[in-house]
Amino acid sequence: MAMQVLANLLIGLLWVFFQDDWSVLTFFSGYLFGLFVIFILRRFLPTKFYLFTLHAVFRLILLFITEIIVSSIVVISIIIRPKMNIKPGIFSMETTLKGDVEVTLLALLITLTPGSVVVEISEDNKIFYIHTMDIPDLSNSVLKSKDRFENAIKKVTRS
Amino acid sequence: MNAITIIELGIAIIILIGTIVGFFSVIGFLRLPDVYNRAHALSKSAALGVLFVLVGTFLFFLFIEGYFSIKLFLGIFFVFLTSPVSSHIICRTAYRSNVPLAEISVRDDLKEAIFVDKEINN
Repeated sequence: MAMQVLANLLIGLLWVFFQDDWSVLTFFSGYLFGLFVIFILRRFLPTKFYLFTLHAVFRLILLFITEIIVSSIVVISIIIRPKMNIKPGIFSMETTLKGDVEVTLLALLITLTPGSVVVEISEDNKIFYIHTMDIPDLSNSVLKSKDRFENAIKKVTRS
Repeated sequence: MNAITIIELGIAIIILIGTIVGFFSVIGFLRLPDVYNRAHALSKSAALGVLFVLVGTFLFFLFIEGYFSIKLFLGIFFVFLTSPVSSHIICRTAYRSNVPLAEISVRDDLKEAIFVDKEINN
């Protein structure tokens, strides 16, 4: 991805040289042209076209924001209940993600989602130990959102 | 009631939602039983509160002052980057130094895992 952005910037700079017009607007049109060139050549590049990756990143952020709002409402409704009958506990969850970046990203997202904290990750990066406030309800919702997070993360990191 | 007033009202509501979320997180901090549950209430709802307050501030600067402040988005980004790490470390340290779970807890998968680990190491 980094190489593609660099190539795109280079094409934009070349465009400025060819036009001999040193303005931001010229550079921008050159950048768009470079985007078009890379889009045409995308099948011959080793990695995915980087706008697709950016799109996946954007989708991940959107998913994350909806998730954080939904689970915040759940947690707040638990907190302001007059009689708080919660069943907290630690449950284990397996993940199919591999590599430091993917596992870190998933742990970050799960920890940011209210009602669940990753307490420990096993040595082989396979099992997450997650503490939740209410085992029956929230562990199911964590498992569900985990699948969605995993798919979104895979779209970002794997080409 | 012109456009500016309406925009200001909307921004005020967004910031108010953020403050209310922060208030609820403090209530949760006071009411929940043990350190692990308090970590949920405090750090997470605070993250959503910060999100709302900073987005409201961003919209205020954009519409009222006419100034696009990318700094506020950097603030959101860094809060979201650091707050899960700190709550993870707090919970992990607490667990490793044998802080007990609250008595109402129903399940503890990690106990077995750590226990088995120690058996193998010994």
